[in-house]
Amino acid sequence: MPQEHRLILKNIDQPGYTPDIECYLKHGGYEVLKKALAIQPKDLPEGKKQSGPEQIRDDVKLSGLRGRGGAGFSAGLKWSFVDRRSGKPIYLICNADESEPGTFKDRQIIHKDPHQLIEGMVISCYANDVKLAYIYIRGEMPEGARILNQAIAEAKAKGFLGKNICGSGYELEIHVHRGAGAYICGEETGLIESLEGKRPYPRIKPPYFPAVLGLYLCPTIVNNVETLCHVKHIVAMGGAEYAKLGTPNNTGTRIVSLSGQVKKPGYYEIEVGKATLGELINDPAFGGGLRDGRQLKAIIPGGSSSKVLKAGERFKLKRKAEGKEVEQEVGVLDLPYDFDSLAAAGTMSGSSAIIVIDDSTDIVEALANLSEFYAHESCGQCTPCREGSLWMSKTLHRLTHGGGRAGDADYLVKIADNIPGGRTICAFGEACSWPVQSFVAKFKDDFVAKGKADEEKRAKESAAKH
Amino acid sequence: MSDLQPFEAVPNPLIAQPDFKVPAEMDAAIDELISHYPKKRSATLMLLHAIQERYGFISEEAVNWVAKKLELQPINVLEVATFYPMFKHRPVGRWHLKVCRTLSCALAGSYQIHQGYCKKFGLDPHAHGAQTSKDGQVTVEFVECLAACGSAPVLMCNETLHENVSEAKANEIVGGCK
Ligand SMILES: Cc1cc2nc3c(=O)[nH]c(=O)nc-3n(C[C@H](O)[C@H](O)[C@H](O)COP(=O)(O)O)c2cc1C
Ligand code: SF4
Ligand code: FES
Repeated sequence: MPQEHRLILKNIDQPGYTPDIECYLKHGGYEVLKKALAIQPKDLPEGKKQSGPEQIRDDVKLSGLRGRGGAGFSAGLKWSFVDRRSGKPIYLICNADESEPGTFKDRQIIHKDPHQLIEGMVISCYANDVKLAYIYIRGEMPEGARILNQAIAEAKAKGFLGKNICGSGYELEIHVHRGAGAYICGEETGLIESLEGKRPYPRIKPPYFPAVLGLYLCPTIVNNVETLCHVKHIVAMGGAEYAKLGTPNNTGTRIVSLSGQVKKPGYYEIEVGKATLGELINDPAFGGGLRDGRQLKAIIPGGSSSKVLKAGERFKLKRKAEGKEVEQEVGVLDLPYDFDSLAAAGTMSGSSAIIVIDDSTDIVEALANLSEFYAHESCGQCTPCREGSLWMSKTLHRLTHGGGRAGDADYLVKIADNIPGGRTICAFGEACSWPVQSFVAKFKDDFVAKGKADEEKRAKESAAKH
Repeated sequence: MSDLQPFEAVPNPLIAQPDFKVPAEMDAAIDELISHYPKKRSATLMLLHAIQERYGFISEEAVNWVAKKLELQPINVLEVATFYPMFKHRPVGRWHLKVCRTLSCALAGSYQIHQGYCKKFGLDPHAHGAQTSKDGQVTVEFVECLAACGSAPVLMCNETLHENVSEAKANEIVGGCK
């Protein structure tokens, strides 16, 4: 039976656990930071020395930690790209914009265990020689911002932040910066522009890779809230030990946000790949199944931008069995919930937000809802994205308001196909077309039938008039 | 003679607020915020938040004041104030109801909540942007995913998040808006 494995959520929701520093310290808080600061330089074979921070960076690489914000990029590798020779300051930004529809995991950490995030951040900053860091929190979390500010003040008062942290001589300031309701601020270069006090227009890459030309054109690390919390546990356990959690190349634990038409929506932390999509939806330890009398229709597996999966779909996955690579057919519900399996199924685990859709839902309406989101949130810099997201939303609006056409299905795909693929500055282009491409491809009959019905109705009405 | 007409001036998105003033203690708090950043301009969003918290909206005077404070041109602040949906350019009601519109909440009935509120306060249920009741007391707005989808449907009343909002709870929330 698959179970939750609570590493990040260990204390969260436990009776009596409060977000203040006293409670955190009672539960062993900031001990890992002390351990990190005490790591002594290590002798390397060639007579060189490896500093404490370098050892932490190596450990994070060894842990296999992949970013929890959406792209699943190796955290250790990202840190290794940081330009450490520029002579410019290095900044770290915690991405707490949490705005991918379906995702609500970072909110739990911020509201219920803010010191875990701060400890993870101080360790990550120490490992990367960062002296100034920001938490970019979405504007719609004013309470979260207050809690974080309070936590920062508490940590400072106890010497875990500010000058000479724990007597080590290391110095760090963290500030909370609030967004103001724009999804695109979650994209890391848009976030940086926003933190510079501008419109959050994403920057073109190359040359503006944050690791080289980030905040104020200085080397910058942007990591998700949950990613930074994992760093604490990697230092606590050691990278090799951490890597034993989860499955190869998909290490550690991950908080899954489950919502939509299931009995028990909520957040569940699992070892990556140790539970399947079906278990997450149906198991009593997780979603508890669909509501009575309902059948599964579709699953959005990794936030609204991920490609939809259809009930009953089957995939051929390459699996390693006894050292050999074998091809295995698995049904959608048997897909292990990890980065690689979902990628192999043509979608992604993204921000690990599963939205369950049952047979009571009109699939065209569901896509229309998401498309309205993207039309509203496109920043407008790139013509294909700005116009395309709006056209798709308008087409879906008419299709769900009695003005559809049978050809709308193909029309939608045509628009969607012309947005991504290097025509836009940021990955929002992909994010807004993937839902349209996948919904229409997998539920084409529903889209065509709806358009046809509208056409016939209009023909009848006009015949009646003449 | 050409028939070209001069462009009509684009209407100013901002309104005037002749009595705009930043009291001393707020000014001090703002100076503290500015000190968080190596470059003053970075404080733009935080300053706009501080002003909106106090006055409920961002006026022309506010934009000019922020620009002066941060040593920027007013356009630098205006373009920020007009991009981010949370910054309002007109006073909003004392009670600002932000109902989540996005998928998980929609599946759980958020459109009905939005519609119910619109009917109750004499607003257009098909309009998704912010609308304020005639008496100026209540603003209703559809917003995008509030990162609380596990307890859908959700809404915010001013700064408070309400989760699992049933029809009864929706009524209770506005009942408390007194
Ligand atoms: C349109 C768009 C929206 C994004 N929104 C978020 C977000 O809300 N939170 C987040 O952590 N990452 C978001 N990301 C991913 C970030 O760009 C970035 O990859 C991430 O913060 C890196 O952190 P990680 O490596 O720890 O995952 C978004 C990306 C795109 C393209
Ligand atoms: S792809 Fe869309 S969201 Fe991204 S920069 Fe271009 S217009 Fe903006
Ligand atoms: S969809 Fe409403 S909170 Fe996410």
